[in-house]
Amino acid sequence: MDSMTESAPAPVGAAEEAPPSADVPAIALEGVAKTFRTGREEVAAVARTDLEIAQGEFFSLLGPSGCGKTTTMRMVAGFEDPTEGTVRLKGADVTRVAPDRRDVNMVFQSYALFPHMTVFDNIAFGLRRKGVPRDEVRRRVGEMLELVELSGRGRTKPGRMSGGQQQRVALARALVNRPSALLLDEPLGALDLKLRQAMQIELKRIQRDVGITFVYVTHDQGEALTMSDRIAVMNKGAVEQLGPPREIYERPASRFVAGFIGTSNLLSGTVSDASGGLAAFPAGEEGTVRAATGAAVGETVEITVRPEKIALHTARPDGAGTRSRVPGTVSEVVYLGSATHYTVAVDTGAQGGTELTVYTQNSAGTDDGPARGDRVWLEWGPEHSYVLPA
Amino acid sequence: MTDERRPRLTARAAPYLLVAPAWLWLAVFFVVPIATVLSMSLMSGNLYDGYSLTWEFGNYAAAVGAYWEQIARSLVYGACATVLCILIGYPCAYWIAFRGGAYKNAYLLLLLLPMFVSFVLRTISWKALLADQGIILGTLKGIGLLPEDAYVLNSAPAVVFGLAYNFLPFMVLPVYAVLERMDHRVVEAARDLYAGPVRAFTRVVLPMSLPGVFAGVIMTFIPTSADYVNATVLGGAHNTMVGKVIENQYLVNNAYPMAASITFVLMAVLLVGIFGYARALGTDRVMEASAR
Ligand SMILES: Nc1ncnc2c1ncn2[C@@H]1O[C@H](COP(=O)(O)OP(=O)(O)OP(=O)(O)O)[C@@H](O)[C@H]1O
Ligand SMILES: [Mg+2]
Repeated sequence: MDSMTESAPAPVGAAEEAPPSADVPAIALEGVAKTFRTGREEVAAVARTDLEIAQGEFFSLLGPSGCGKTTTMRMVAGFEDPTEGTVRLKGADVTRVAPDRRDVNMVFQSYALFPHMTVFDNIAFGLRRKGVPRDEVRRRVGEMLELVELSGRGRTKPGRMSGGQQQRVALARALVNRPSALLLDEPLGALDLKLRQAMQIELKRIQRDVGITFVYVTHDQGEALTMSDRIAVMNKGAVEQLGPPREIYERPASRFVAGFIGTSNLLSGTVSDASGGLAAFPAGEEGTVRAATGAAVGETVEITVRPEKIALHTARPDGAGTRSRVPGTVSEVVYLGSATHYTVAVDTGAQGGTELTVYTQNSAGTDDGPARGDRVWLEWGPEHSYVLPA
Repeated sequence: MTDERRPRLTARAAPYLLVAPAWLWLAVFFVVPIATVLSMSLMSGNLYDGYSLTWEFGNYAAAVGAYWEQIARSLVYGACATVLCILIGYPCAYWIAFRGGAYKNAYLLLLLLPMFVSFVLRTISWKALLADQGIILGTLKGIGLLPEDAYVLNSAPAVVFGLAYNFLPFMVLPVYAVLERMDHRVVEAARDLYAGPVRAFTRVVLPMSLPGVFAGVIMTFIPTSADYVNATVLGGAHNTMVGKVIENQYLVNNAYPMAASITFVLMAVLLVGIFGYARALGTDRVMEASAR
């Protein structure tokens, strides 16, 4: 009944408005900043940020707790007024537009389902507010329930559902409105690992099927890497690096990004030899790190090398060559079935010591690898010594 | 009988032993008085010759016949005061819960402060405020906003306002308790799903706070309809409520059976009303209200 009596004007940024050309970003932040003032205290939650998120993109905001991910997202949804800057949805300035007039929908971390309504009414809520006719509401909610595999559960109250089911209701409640962008704030945070992995695949499938822009907040780097088209790594309210997962993983723009994405192996030293575009610095007893960089003798360089790129030898590898070779002592062995993770302590002389992580695949026929306390040699090609920008 | 049976027996009896004091309390302070009043309501006799249980069901017919007007008036006044309490108390609770910020507790204390003054004294001061030439009416008459013969005291509105004033915290507190615990994200979710501020309130906040309103209604309606202080102090001779009748029958006329049967009629009406109200609101809401 209420679907007939209520009809809201089309939200700002809705697809019905002047058809935007494909290259207008779904979401654009222009110099957006947010400072919270509580009493005399000031918290700069988000520093001036520029971001453009393309239509149909799966975009992730990744960063440690308190880095401003939620605040950024809440400014896009309209729950937080930016202290400065402009928020655009499909080109239209929505900086001062109320959340109910913005064509984006949010999936809250705590789901925020309406406990007094059935699952059906939860999902129908947005459509009814928009004045969608009754039978269309029924049809679209039905389709959504099917999409999230909850057909037949429409009459249940959300309080009687499992965490994963509630999560899917929250997703359906937002998706059913076909917004131009869906904002998901750590939507899988409350789920256990198994369910989480299943939902990651599910979310990605749904996003491909409906073709809606997803902005995904997470502090789980694995999740961001597997699902995203592009990732923005945030630190202390600022975007440290923006790019596709592979680029972020293999060419981190800073020490912070290298450390936050996956396991980072950091080594630094003063260049002792430079020739033919290769710089070398010593590491450990008789060890050498080589990297493809134009750094001159005497300069300090810092490199990172991915754990899976390192080969583990029980004896010193033969020949000179251009590869990095670093000796160390195994301090930890974690056997994971298909792979083994080693932690190797490297004595880096002046800097004391560091630990490098090495992942090896356990292929058939190999006997037991090195054990704790064994002396080993680590080896990797110069192309895998990624030099961090100074 | 083996040795190991003994601890199991005491273990099974333990819960009963633990609730025993509560049962005893209920028996002494609830069941016994109720039974006494119930049997009294079916007695006949007088103070000098003594009363005897004669199963005098006619007492009830007599009570309703003689005092239905006061009973009805009590229910109407109680209902009006309760509605007034909702109208004033809900926004009040809402404001404290959602806008109170760091001062929530201070506002609650402010609300409860009058409760530290005796109930009767508060009502009497209310009488002084509303007097024909008191601060409010006197001033308004002085500047010519009200005619000289305007009055509030000794009228039904005076009683209703007095009741609402005295029992307001009983409405505010349960509503506040529910609103305070409400997840703000749920309200944001409603706003996110195209509901304006008004729709978000009527579709989400209000329905979710109904258990609190339910509790508040019970906590104001029952005492306001049974109250007689407000009617006596503020209502004058023509607005007597049933509480006053019971008091008169008991203390002045010493008609104990009559007083007892009026009491039971009132209780029955209130119980029926509350169960009807609970049914109308839906039992799960009531369960929710009691579970919180
Ligand atoms: N309403 C608020 N008032 C004051 N400070 C706030 C408020 N909301 C967030 N902050 C502060 O802003 C900073 C960023 O918070 P935000 O919630 O955006 O972090 P986040 O990246 O989402 O972290 P998490 O991964 O823990 O959810 C934090 O330091 C936080 O304390
Ligand atoms: Mg957050």
